[in-house]
Amino acid sequence: MKKTIYLDNAATTKTAPEVVEAMLPYFTEFYGNASSIYRLGAQSLQAVTAARDVIAASIGADSSEIYFTAGGSEADNWALKAAAEAYRQKGRHIITSKIEHHAVLHTCEYLEKSGFEITYLDVDECGLISPEELEEAIRPDTILISVMFANNEIGTIEPIEEIGRIARAHSVLFHTDAVQAYGQVPIDVDKLNIDMLSASAHKMNGPKGIGFLYIRKGVKIRSFVHGGAQERKRRAGTENVTGIVGFAKAAELSMASMEERIERETGLRDYLIARIEKEIPFSRLNGHRTLRLPNNVNFCFRFIEGESLLIKLDMQGICASSGSACTSGSLDPSHVLLAIGLEHEIAHGSLRLTLGPETTKEELDQTVEALKEIVKQLRGMSPLYEDFIKNKNSELQEESHVQ
Amino acid sequence: MYSEKVMDHFEHPRNVGEIENASGVGTVGNAKCGDIMRIYLDIDDNQVIRDCKFKTFGCGAAVATSSMATELVKGKTVTEALAVTNQAVMEALDGLPPVKVHCSLLAEEGIHAALWDYAEKNHIQIEGLSKPKSDISEEEAEEEY
Repeated sequence: MKKTIYLDNAATTKTAPEVVEAMLPYFTEFYGNASSIYRLGAQSLQAVTAARDVIAASIGADSSEIYFTAGGSEADNWALKAAAEAYRQKGRHIITSKIEHHAVLHTCEYLEKSGFEITYLDVDECGLISPEELEEAIRPDTILISVMFANNEIGTIEPIEEIGRIARAHSVLFHTDAVQAYGQVPIDVDKLNIDMLSASAHKMNGPKGIGFLYIRKGVKIRSFVHGGAQERKRRAGTENVTGIVGFAKAAELSMASMEERIERETGLRDYLIARIEKEIPFSRLNGHRTLRLPNNVNFCFRFIEGESLLIKLDMQGICASSGSACTSGSLDPSHVLLAIGLEHEIAHGSLRLTLGPETTKEELDQTVEALKEIVKQLRGMSPLYEDFIKNKNSELQEESHVQ
Repeated sequence: MYSEKVMDHFEHPRNVGEIENASGVGTVGNAKCGDIMRIYLDIDDNQVIRDCKFKTFGCGAAVATSSMATELVKGKTVTEALAVTNQAVMEALDGLPPVKVHCSLLAEEGIHAALWDYAEKNHIQIEGLSKPKSDISEEEAEEEY
């Protein structure tokens, strides 16, 4: 087996060694319950408080506005369901986009069943929502706008600042799912007028099972989990102290290295995009070329299917993902690729490669070489490619007849 | 997720390609669902399948079932080939994950479509063969959440 080339950092990341090291003492030495009165408990509480300060500072928030959750999906569920419940007297209309993560989309579908009306904004061919359309969609009974910071599949970064400005001007709450963006690009909740923000640790070299929801002071949000007084009585349950400590360490590391990392990963990203575009025919970049997460590359290769591509890459030790139906367990390809206007047959042939801090240029070169060979192989056995070539040849023949 | 046999047939598919002036060609599936199979048959005067080739756009299981189906019908008479079911293809591959069972149906359907094309070209009837459906899709039950 060849050395693993991990290019699926949008799925999850390797926990940084410094993060593991920071967490370890809280399993074995400082294992007290943060709610306990004795010193062992107080040490845990201290760690949680310090971690909350680090996380709050990373997005320009106050520590009292950070609520730890079990991850990004929980934070999204909480933001939408609790806001809907708290503001239902004002209205029952929510605006979101067609390319949200399922944690948002399925929560919206759930809310529709309990009497809420949801507007799903279209996106353009790059995956951007239109601020004008958003503004037009706002009604007197609109209580919440939820648009993701950056898309998990195609990496497009949404016009968050404009959305925040519009939401504020109309006094509508603004939630953003920043699971892919947090730790990758700078975020300031005040500057961007964000009222609620979801994030997750395992997407930025932290541990799995820990995330947070930022809730701006003054936003009426009910408890999500009832029970003890943890998280200002909003989310009961003994704190995941090790997770919280690890999350803060990951945040600290990613904030310190962000500028340099963005520059490095953007360079690698554009190098990979350029090589694929140049060396693999009938490939198409999905998502925006520049308004794009520094670590995201997403391509469609015509005439081939994504799952086959992934298995062949895996045989060469390369981990990637696809928006093909076969990888999602349903017959439909990714809702994101369909929303940017791709045909079903083309959307089935998508490949997402997401870089991380350890990704090297050599790894990307190996990946391109492997891809070239695999795409050629799969096209060689594709009836769609066969038809395409035959049609092209007969067109050429017709042309030469005319001349 | 896949058995070793499936992986073997995916990695080293048997009988990939085209047959020029084939006795019968069948294309089934649709790009919307992400699977298309094309089966080519070369059938001699005694109705024996001398050669069989395929081309497939689809997932690992789609490639493996096409490959196995071509292996199973090669050398058989058209009547025998007609009796090769999706179940037989699956068994020969040591099983498929439940979500991939439709790939084996597609392989069976592909063989039938190629046989149908052969029968039409030669103005003959093959007992038990009916006109194949042009595409196969499964209705999935939506779960409440």
